[in-house]
Amino acid sequence: MEEVKLMKGNEAIAHAAIRNGVDGYFGYPITPQSEILETLMDERPWNTTGMVVLQAESEVAAINMVYGGAGCGKKAMTSSSSPGISLKLEGISYLAGAELPCLIVNVMRGGPGLGTIQPSQADYFQTVKGGGHGDYRLITLAPSSVQEMADFVGLAFDLAFKYRNPAMILTDGIIGQMMEKVVLPPMKPRWTDEEIAEIAPWGTMGKPKGGQPRIITSLELDPAVMEQNNFRFQAKYKQIEENEVRYEEMNTEDADYLFVAFGSSARICQKAIELAREEGIKVGILRPITLWPFPTKRLAELANQVKGMLTVEMNAGQMVEDVRLAVNGKIPVEHYGRMGGMIPSPDEVVIALKEKVIK
Amino acid sequence: MKSEEIIKPENMVYQPTHLLNETQMHYCPGCSHGVVHKLIGEVIEEMGLENDTIGIAPVGCGVFIYRYLDIDWQEAAHGRAPALATAVKRLNPKKMVFTYQGDGDLAAIGTAETIHACNRGENIAIVFINNAIYGMTGGQMAPTTLPGMKSATCPDGRDVEVTGAPLKISDMVALLDGTCYVTRQSVHTTPGVKRAKKAIRKAFENSMANKGTSLVEIVSTCSSGWKMTPDQANKWMEENMFPYFPLGDIKDR
Repeated sequence: MEEVKLMKGNEAIAHAAIRNGVDGYFGYPITPQSEILETLMDERPWNTTGMVVLQAESEVAAINMVYGGAGCGKKAMTSSSSPGISLKLEGISYLAGAELPCLIVNVMRGGPGLGTIQPSQADYFQTVKGGGHGDYRLITLAPSSVQEMADFVGLAFDLAFKYRNPAMILTDGIIGQMMEKVVLPPMKPRWTDEEIAEIAPWGTMGKPKGGQPRIITSLELDPAVMEQNNFRFQAKYKQIEENEVRYEEMNTEDADYLFVAFGSSARICQKAIELAREEGIKVGILRPITLWPFPTKRLAELANQVKGMLTVEMNAGQMVEDVRLAVNGKIPVEHYGRMGGMIPSPDEVVIALKEKVIK
Repeated sequence: MKSEEIIKPENMVYQPTHLLNETQMHYCPGCSHGVVHKLIGEVIEEMGLENDTIGIAPVGCGVFIYRYLDIDWQEAAHGRAPALATAVKRLNPKKMVFTYQGDGDLAAIGTAETIHACNRGENIAIVFINNAIYGMTGGQMAPTTLPGMKSATCPDGRDVEVTGAPLKISDMVALLDGTCYVTRQSVHTTPGVKRAKKAIRKAFENSMANKGTSLVEIVSTCSSGWKMTPDQANKWMEENMFPYFPLGDIKDR
């Protein structure tokens, strides 16, 4: 039987990284995600799997270490929280431009600025709309449980290497800090150099004997060639949008109304659904698991069934814009959110549904 | 008549390293970059490290070094080369890993990455081209611009009261326990080129032997940025740069 453990979401990320054969983790302490770096240091995987764990001098250095590792075709990752992710955005844009697979974990906290260490979902725009410079996309997974924190590490690397694109786990201080039961993924050995040569022949491991030099770069001064590079990226992004949309639905079969929420907010909505249904309000939820690519098609379908939608987000209303784009004016789409580290209660959510959507 | 017909093997007295490809370099006449590129290629070839080297390219005039030297390369964001090199070397401890960086890249925007890589004693070599100016962006003030020296962003000459004194970053990193070899060289004379090549070789050997961080500063000319002929630039460098950045080993352990 699988061993069930009790641990924090941040700890689950660390254990899953070791078990997925990650080659290098490079990070910098910031609340509320420091347990990822601490757990890795405490597990000392360099003695077991050979994984490198390094505390960098800054978030900027850490993301560029990820670039160096990823550029060798290795599984490299970092984690941070909102202000630290802002610092990493230069590097993330370069990773996207050089088409390097890697994992970045953002355990979001309230902002803007130094903000607060309490949970938030206010980095949605930053993550799915760009953040860094240039036309790039970040594969974005939004776990809503400690189990998904563990599961999405492997999934993120699978997708990142499949498409040669950076991937992000976008979570928040609640899921990072809360303890839940979790079944950790089985141990996978790190790739050997021979396996990397097969999986990532573009990785700089020293020029192959008799082969061509490999160059990892995002630079191209000829605009005609640079445009072609952009066309290639966009074609890849379209493929990801077609193949990799993930979401979960609950109570949608008979729903008259729909919550759309990710991560912690989706957990809160589950309780709100119970409360609303006790009052006879048939409400369900669509929980995007991938925030990019976004479940646009499914939301458009559900707009033919339900009378209105309410996005519940710990921000001023960010994902609501993508839901409105998907629904395209067919039904009302409203937003309810708390900001600055405040967490909506299920009661508040039901009241918001009644006042903003049902009326 | 083709060059092979003129140059008969028995008459061959010199040929460039085969790692230096035929791509035409974008450097200005009199620039030191091309000479240092050649030396790096020669050292890698002579050490037999062609298939075991990963170079990290900078942002600045040296950005296209990856087009000229046929080894594996990663192109870093401005100033971040030592961070990339840290991960590349730690994940591939048997490979030779070096960065190639200019003064703006290494001693301004990348100061933190430079100092911390050196302080951790990363087993990498850093080749540092110090020409006291930003070449690629058109001749702006660098962290190593000399007092009174004119540039596009200090047209009246660098005022150290306003912008500080030139940063002696090699002397700074020599103080750190992590560095094993810090030296300052030039490539404007034949003996200088020979000494610079020896220094680069020692730095690369240190990376292979995992001895710590080596930094080879090449005090260089930028005739375009300095608005001089190559010959004038060499003379100006001797008279003005060398007193501030004296040549020779700063640290060797």
